[in-house]
Amino acid sequence: MDEAPSRSSLTWKLALAIAAVALVSALLLTGRPAHWFGKPEPVAFHGRDISAEHWTGAFSLVDSDGKPRSLADFRGKVVLLSFGYTHCPDVCPTTLAKFAQARHLLGVDADRVQGVFVSIDPERDTAELLRAYVPAFDPTFIGLRGSEAQTDAATKYFHANYQIVQYQGNTLVDHTAATYIIDTQGQPRVITPYDQSAQFLADDILALLKNG
Amino acid sequence: MRCAVASLGLLAAGVLAASGAFAAGTPAPAAAIVVAEDAWVRGTVEGQTGSGAYMHLTSSEDAQLVGASSPVAEHVEIHEMRTVDNMMHMRRIDRLALPAHVTVALDHEYHVMFIGLKHQLLPQQMVPITLDILDAAGKRHAVRIEAPVRPLASSGPAHDTGSSKATPHG
Repeated sequence: MDEAPSRSSLTWKLALAIAAVALVSALLLTGRPAHWFGKPEPVAFHGRDISAEHWTGAFSLVDSDGKPRSLADFRGKVVLLSFGYTHCPDVCPTTLAKFAQARHLLGVDADRVQGVFVSIDPERDTAELLRAYVPAFDPTFIGLRGSEAQTDAATKYFHANYQIVQYQGNTLVDHTAATYIIDTQGQPRVITPYDQSAQFLADDILALLKNG
Repeated sequence: MRCAVASLGLLAAGVLAASGAFAAGTPAPAAAIVVAEDAWVRGTVEGQTGSGAYMHLTSSEDAQLVGASSPVAEHVEIHEMRTVDNMMHMRRIDRLALPAHVTVALDHEYHVMFIGLKHQLLPQQMVPITLDILDAAGKRHAVRIEAPVRPLASSGPAHDTGSSKATPHG
């Protein structure tokens, strides 16, 4: 008879213990407390998450003022990067216009975003032309170019591709039209298709700014 | 954005009417075989020698767009753009089918390509374009339109996907 309350009390203690373990686990698995243990929480992106691929290698290009640039220069900012050429009538300007829209959508965080356009047609895209073209989309955006070898190294780093085609008397450039989102530490983290909405780009940038 | 597109379309239609294609009282056979709406041309910065024109074309009978010309460019071509595995490929096409009463969009997959621009294209300028139309009977029609220049950073109607709801994930 007097055993029953004791067993009931044990059941309650067990239930409380399970609840406590569940609560701690939940804190560990989700939300900011994960940072207390230095564990970045998994971030869901709209684009393809390439965090696990840990791309290595190096590239160096120059900006339209002739200054050498690498991803390390943009540490502290999330970089939106695309390859293209100024003779591209549609995809390239649309992508850059979207970068500008995404930056605008970020409001106060806009200053923590760097738009970068890498020319894969450096012969026609002179420094002067890039200096006029790229800031037309957003005055903060930077156009980069390099020699053929430097351009090849940059596309190789990003697992991107391009091909200059002579077709019916015209120079056409087939190229990777994806957008690369690079985190504040200079690591490429997300690849998005060329038709990604500005809002989705902004969402992914914000996720990287918040969660690293 | 959509309002602007619509008004630009009206503007283009107005230009067509003014150019005589739709002149009041003109007998039906004189009406343009193809009507262009929402036409616009992407502006350029100095030094750029290429650009594109975008429009929606509706033909009153089965026809084909077989070419185009404009005084602003050395060459004008009809281009097809395809994206396969994130690779963008752009090629000239010799003809684009315009089935009767179907509005064909030249705003992304297809566009009118200007090669060898003779001068910078600034917003608000009007660009004359002549579309070379071949009807089913093999007769050629020159359809003249004028398209306003929009800023370089413009997105076409096909790209007006600012809302995350408007674009499928992927």
